[in-house]
Amino acid sequence: MEELLDILRELHPDVDFENCGNLIDGKILDSIDIVTLVAEIGDAFDVEVPAEELTPENFNSAQALWAMIQRLDEA
Amino acid sequence: MQRNVLEYLEATAPRLPDKVAFHNGTEGLTFGQVSRAARGIGTFLARKGLEREPVVVFMEKHPKSVAAFFGVVYSGCFYVPIDEEMPLYRVELIFQTLRPRAVLCDEKTRQAAAELGYEGGLYGYEEAAACQPDQGLLDSIRAGQLDTDPLYIVFTSGSTGVPKGVAACHRSVIDYIEQLSATLGFSEDTVFGNQTPLYFDACLKELYPTLKFGATTYLIPKGLFLFPVKLVEFLNEHKINTVCWVVSALTMISGLGALKKNVPQYLHTIAFGSEVFPIRQFNLWREALPNARFTNLYGPTECTGMSCFYHVDRDFGPDEAIPIGGPFPNTGILLLAEGDKPAAPGQVGEICIRGTCLTMGYYRMPEKTAECFVQNPLNDAYPELIYRTGDLGRYNDRGELVFVSRKDYQIKHMGHRVELQEIEAAASTHRSVAAACAVFDQEKDRIRMYYTGGVEPGELTAFLKGRLPRYMIPNRVERLERLPLTPNGKIDRKALAAGQIPAGV
Repeated sequence: MEELLDILRELHPDVDFENCGNLIDGKILDSIDIVTLVAEIGDAFDVEVPAEELTPENFNSAQALWAMIQRLDEA
Repeated sequence: MQRNVLEYLEATAPRLPDKVAFHNGTEGLTFGQVSRAARGIGTFLARKGLEREPVVVFMEKHPKSVAAFFGVVYSGCFYVPIDEEMPLYRVELIFQTLRPRAVLCDEKTRQAAAELGYEGGLYGYEEAAACQPDQGLLDSIRAGQLDTDPLYIVFTSGSTGVPKGVAACHRSVIDYIEQLSATLGFSEDTVFGNQTPLYFDACLKELYPTLKFGATTYLIPKGLFLFPVKLVEFLNEHKINTVCWVVSALTMISGLGALKKNVPQYLHTIAFGSEVFPIRQFNLWREALPNARFTNLYGPTECTGMSCFYHVDRDFGPDEAIPIGGPFPNTGILLLAEGDKPAAPGQVGEICIRGTCLTMGYYRMPEKTAECFVQNPLNDAYPELIYRTGDLGRYNDRGELVFVSRKDYQIKHMGHRVELQEIEAAASTHRSVAAACAVFDQEKDRIRMYYTGGVEPGELTAFLKGRLPRYMIPNRVERLERLPLTPNGKIDRKALAAGQIPAGV
């Protein structure tokens, strides 16, 4: 989880990712962030994020992203 | 001879009054409704005593904001679309240049407009659109309008930190729409999926051909461009067959693997531009849509939309660049090398443009205008302006124009034109920033900024978000002990861009 938070903080050093639950609804992440996140998550956790996992729900908070990574890791 | 863009609407609205003109997937306006709303707004504004002056359209992206544009034109004025998500600081800079006497807003932007401390007329869209059209008044306004009168002003990044307003006239837009429509084969059956914001000239490609042919434009919700599978579903649900998108919107779909799940099955015309298309991504698109036609477009805002096109007619290797081809009919390209001499075959020169497409220049910025709208150096016989793009290009062996690089620090990031110096100027207004340098990583499409001073990167990022539009915010902000310098004592941009970074703080 800490590694994921580091990736997110690098994108937006001004955002409190531990407590933010509206990364998409609040328009904090944009399309280039999504592309960057998918690439960096792939490198850091050795998982491939398939297109159907790219949903607002999975990207709205650090917790949701972490849950997705763990799900993909187990699959 | 057509003199006014509204003639497109006036020919189509009586013919197809109930056909949807503009829609966003949730709400739409028919040609009849667009015509009625625009004439109402035109009447409303004209009665306020406005004439041949800028009217700001400060509304969220919606079919109604498009109708508002045409309403402003009916009033005899020119529209200035403003990004409703832009920080108010930057909106104020734009208002200082414009000094507008009228602003059209909607329920969502009224509060923000009030916070500007703007003292002119602030009018709600609904009230203006509901005004009963006075056809006699509108006819008399039209009789006085010339095709050389401004149609719109759009604001683009300025290297000094002040955005520049590019003003274009009816004649330039009509010329562009006629040439572009013939080149891309638009018709009444065209269903556009608009991606680009309404506050740039890029949306001309959809708005005016929709009026001309009685086509339909879907303004695709911006949020869909984060989630490619949903975006492709939207394209299919609405049977969208034509897109004119920035490259980064297309590569987002292909790069995240969405074409493997679902193909935009109705798409037959794909125009792209503003950026270099990475060939690996481009080939994913061609494989997914082997029967579609792909066209590369090139052109600066200063020359009204796009100036050059190239229909892709062959395969490209991973290290090749897709050419920008050649100019539209009625547009001329000069390639000027050192000493303003025409470039020899294969030689790199500055791309310069002449023709009806030239805009009127930068609003209330005569010095800036005179810097790049200049007398054609190859013509000493009569006055003839050309626009110096600052883009460097060359002709390849096939005689096609190829983009090479920029002469200055202007970049294309996520399809937006950005002056890196404007980002630096914004950072420098923070009292604890000593020096700042922004560089661009073209391969990853990311802006990095390095600075020295007492402020934390997070605080500086938050500060920048209050001053710059979203697409100009650096993707990475790093504080350094010192910035590398060239032997002449200037900040060494090349070293920073190449990743030769001194120690951080």
